Amino acid sequence: MECCNKRRMMKESPESNFMNRRGSSCFPDEVLERVIGMLKSRKDRSSVSLVCKEWYNAERWSRRNVFIGNCYSVSPEILTRRFPNIRSVTLKGKPRFSDFNLVPANWGADIHFWLVVFAEKYPFLEELRLKRMTVSDESLKFLARSFPNFKAISLQNCDGFSTDGLAAIAADCKNLTELDIQENVIDDKNDNWLTCFPESFTSLEVLNFSILHNDVNFDALEKLVTRCKSLKTLKLNKSITLEQLQRLLFRAPQLCELGTGSFSQELTTQQYSELESAFSNCKNLNTLSGLWVVTPQYLPVLYPACANLTFLNFSYAPLDSDDIAKLLVHCANIRRLWVVDTIEDKGLEAVGTHCPLLEELRVFPADPFAEGDARGVTDSGFIAVSQGCRNLHYVLYFCRHMTNAAVATVVQNCPDFTHFRLCIMNPGQPDYRTSEPMDEAFGAVVKTCSKLQRLAISGLLTDLTFEYIGKYAKNLETLSVAFAGSSDWGMQCVLEGCPKLRKLEIRDCPFGNAALLSGLEKYESMRSLWMSDCKVTMNGCRLLAKEMPRLNVEVIKEDGSDDSQAERVYVYRSVAGPRRDAPPFVLTL
Amino acid sequence: MSAEKGYVGLGEVGEMEESIGLNLKATELRLGLPGSESPVKSTSLGAKRGFSDANDGKWVLSGNGKAGSDLALGKDASLFSPPSDNTNNDPLPLPQPSKPIPAPAAKAQVVGWPPIRSFRKNSMATQPPQKNEADAEPKPGCLYVKVSMDGAPYLRKMDLNNYASYRDLSSALEKMFSCFTLGQCGSHGVSSRDNSSESKLRDLLHGSEYVLTYEDKDGDWMLVGDVPWEMFTDSCKRLRIMKSSEAIGLAPRAMEKCRSRN
Repeated sequence: MECCNKRRMMKESPESNFMNRRGSSCFPDEVLERVIGMLKSRKDRSSVSLVCKEWYNAERWSRRNVFIGNCYSVSPEILTRRFPNIRSVTLKGKPRFSDFNLVPANWGADIHFWLVVFAEKYPFLEELRLKRMTVSDESLKFLARSFPNFKAISLQNCDGFSTDGLAAIAADCKNLTELDIQENVIDDKNDNWLTCFPESFTSLEVLNFSILHNDVNFDALEKLVTRCKSLKTLKLNKSITLEQLQRLLFRAPQLCELGTGSFSQELTTQQYSELESAFSNCKNLNTLSGLWVVTPQYLPVLYPACANLTFLNFSYAPLDSDDIAKLLVHCANIRRLWVVDTIEDKGLEAVGTHCPLLEELRVFPADPFAEGDARGVTDSGFIAVSQGCRNLHYVLYFCRHMTNAAVATVVQNCPDFTHFRLCIMNPGQPDYRTSEPMDEAFGAVVKTCSKLQRLAISGLLTDLTFEYIGKYAKNLETLSVAFAGSSDWGMQCVLEGCPKLRKLEIRDCPFGNAALLSGLEKYESMRSLWMSDCKVTMNGCRLLAKEMPRLNVEVIKEDGSDDSQAERVYVYRSVAGPRRDAPPFVLTL
Repeated sequence: MSAEKGYVGLGEVGEMEESIGLNLKATELRLGLPGSESPVKSTSLGAKRGFSDANDGKWVLSGNGKAGSDLALGKDASLFSPPSDNTNNDPLPLPQPSKPIPAPAAKAQVVGWPPIRSFRKNSMATQPPQKNEADAEPKPGCLYVKVSMDGAPYLRKMDLNNYASYRDLSSALEKMFSCFTLGQCGSHGVSSRDNSSESKLRDLLHGSEYVLTYEDKDGDWMLVGDVPWEMFTDSCKRLRIMKSSEAIGLAPRAMEKCRSRN
């Protein structure tokens, strides 16, 4: 493991004398770094760095990847000072509720200044993975010309750029292996960015442009796929037809992950059989997604490829229960399944029957705002899955109503949940059979699932839910709460009872200053707290800020609202001090 | 405003909201149970949320923000701390057991709820849910239509609901019929057909050789493109890519089109 920056002399220090007695610091730095350099886990590296000065230094010199969960918790200067040899950076920006329009535009989390510092301190940077950051075309162009070894860029839920930025990456990153654009707000200028990959460029392994809505230059795409023999992941957008898909699969039978284009072109018999044989030639396919606009009668072309699939993402393909059942018969190896609730309970029964190895299930609503006789999935589908899929440990389930008994049954069948996210779409919806609050449902979850790390609650909930959480959810790290609780006591229970809590996001709950301030000691051990439309006031926030100077306490002000209320509060620990780039509507207290 | 413990002055909310053109009355009393410790979340509080430049436009009463906040019970009103002995509560109608509570209109006015990302919301909104009706009777809305092309050996069928505009339809037709116009059709991946044949078809369609027509509910053959898209999908029964030489007797614009090109 080469270290291209200069080393420092090994000093005699009390610690190293002590270690000498134990024999472990007779290692020269190079050896210690080499050994510690093999540690991959962030937690391990953190622990190692606390042992003594030697180990701290060995760790910081040998580290190649850094993950920053909140871009404002540290500054690029502090980062580059501590870790001189980073090759891969992962940064997350805006609070998660920005996905749901609760954070105004231009809030921040702009990548640009980070890139400027990286260009100077990490000229050998290879990978950049961003989530919920603002990224401009200028930044992408700057990136493309500043890092000659740049290999991988992944942008998830970002905004601020267009296909011009992608063109710059394509043109200038000669060693690119990964271009992964997921669910971003992107200005698709339909300008042939794909043609910007030079003819000599062959290193691509991952290409994901599934969210673009315009046509891409298919000729350029086909040529690119043909010459990139190491391509493993290809995720297409809806402009790609079935005929075009067949041609691409013919060129790249080695694919492991495929996101199809539109699945609804009218095919001749010959085209159909060609497509089917293209799929059967893809022996390495383990992930399938896409299927924008699906015509169910063409789903059978997938059957030859289904046996090896472990991840099926049909969350944009509103299939009905018969279609999904016919398909799942072939998918015995599925571990992760994302579907739309048009499959209804009957479809979920098919999941339970055919997919015994399932570990993760996500059910998205086709029509979240439907009134009246809206269909979807219910408690009985949930139970059916849990009966057939005993390995289930991750669930995201959108439904219109639920019962306490059903949830209790589900967790009894599947006690190993690590992620339990239940979204009953009507705020404040009680158990529809007993009309009671849903407290007992989540009580059952936290009592039974001792490994629970992430929980999202919904429905009609009183403080009792939070008492349960505080009492039982000892491994809980992330909690999302909406329209729940009766009083400050609820939030207090969680803050006092969950030792591993890192992220707490709350909206529209009756928690006020007493609740906020009960967490004084807690927030420094957490990544962040979000509270919106609760009962917190500006004075409460000011008090928190005053008592805890190492926290950033930010209030997002809405025009025309009462000056004493703090409608949107974002609290997070930081070693970088208050933001220097806060827009006028963000007040740092 | 009557500040009954734990409840918004619902009557006034209803009136205010109605004056703004919303009818939340139907949903006023639907949340929570009598004597429960749950917060009775008023629709008005939901209504005042949202930044006009950061919402998806559909659900936010951004213009009513002020009205909403005026109604929010005053800032020190104890909206959310109903004590356990909530004896003042007006009895609410018990929701029917074993029947889902009708969705309150509040749901439709709360920003960011249900928590689904915009990209997903928009993608699902533009897709009609797939029903297995390809073999069933065509619905009165004329979804599946036969498409013929003069000179082609067989017809195709397409679902007009898959397209949102004439442009979508036109490019779908180009893709569908390109194999009939020139060169090989669907050879084993190493196709002699590439973009050039599709663009040739486009030229054909937009040029003088072919004209895109449809048969409407009255049985008349019409030129595609004259009426708004929705009207077209409502009335179209079948499509025909017609040779211009056959287009005599069609709508006058079709004739003009032929004449001006020849």
